[in-house]
Amino acid sequence: MSLATVADADLVARCRQGDQEAWAELVNRFSRYVYAIAVRVYRLPEPDAEDVFQDVFTRTWQHLDELRDDTALRPWIATATRRLCVDRLRAGAREAPAAEELLELEGTSDELDSVDEALAIHEALKQLPEHCAEILDRFFARDESYRAIGEALDIPPGTIASRISRCLRKLRGQLEGRNERFRPSDE
Amino acid sequence: MTNDRYDEERLAQLLKILPPAPEGWVKAAQELPQARREIDEIAERAQRDAEFRAAVEADLESALTQAGYDVDPSLIPELRDRLTS
Repeated sequence: MSLATVADADLVARCRQGDQEAWAELVNRFSRYVYAIAVRVYRLPEPDAEDVFQDVFTRTWQHLDELRDDTALRPWIATATRRLCVDRLRAGAREAPAAEELLELEGTSDELDSVDEALAIHEALKQLPEHCAEILDRFFARDESYRAIGEALDIPPGTIASRISRCLRKLRGQLEGRNERFRPSDE
Repeated sequence: MTNDRYDEERLAQLLKILPPAPEGWVKAAQELPQARREIDEIAERAQRDAEFRAAVEADLESALTQAGYDVDPSLIPELRDRLTS
């Protein structure tokens, strides 16, 4: 079984046992999530976002043994990321009063809900055929052109639009009956 | 809740929200356990090896390089704290 499809709880258990590959997968699984919260929701400049990013995973590593509920990994990471982002903004506000306005972003729960929902959709991609996950990720998340996708995946660029459309339909089908799983959690 | 919320346009919007984090950031985070083990090892060595301790107190970066350690620069402040605490 690929680690990419292992449940968060099992991943945490493996990380606790010192499984290096499990830790790499945990970082991989949540890297986009942490990055999106820092850069998209809190609009941190890249150097600050990088510090937050590394801090989040350092704290996650340090607190693996203290996670009371292994299934609470995502909310735990979300909370840590939000707190560290707000700390950064507060530190910036002390140095540059104009940054005070950015602290109002603390209440951007809609944006945070969207990031949560996006993570759930991203996880759902794993259940699609590999070529579908790859093509959707390259086109939408990586913003690659038809030409770049065609070259990378060795498929005719002229067929990419129809493949994207088919894969979106498959993704939608994948979500059928699973709505409860994709509801952003109440934290 | 109905599946209409996941029409293709909405799915496209959600997929765009999560671009990859920079590769270097991800790699550094993935290597964190080894890096922390190395910091622990250096701190322990500094406790039991007086010569090494004197060298790291005099010039941490040079002492690490001479001893063959390759510590990520972002972890140097934390290592410095560990060695002085």
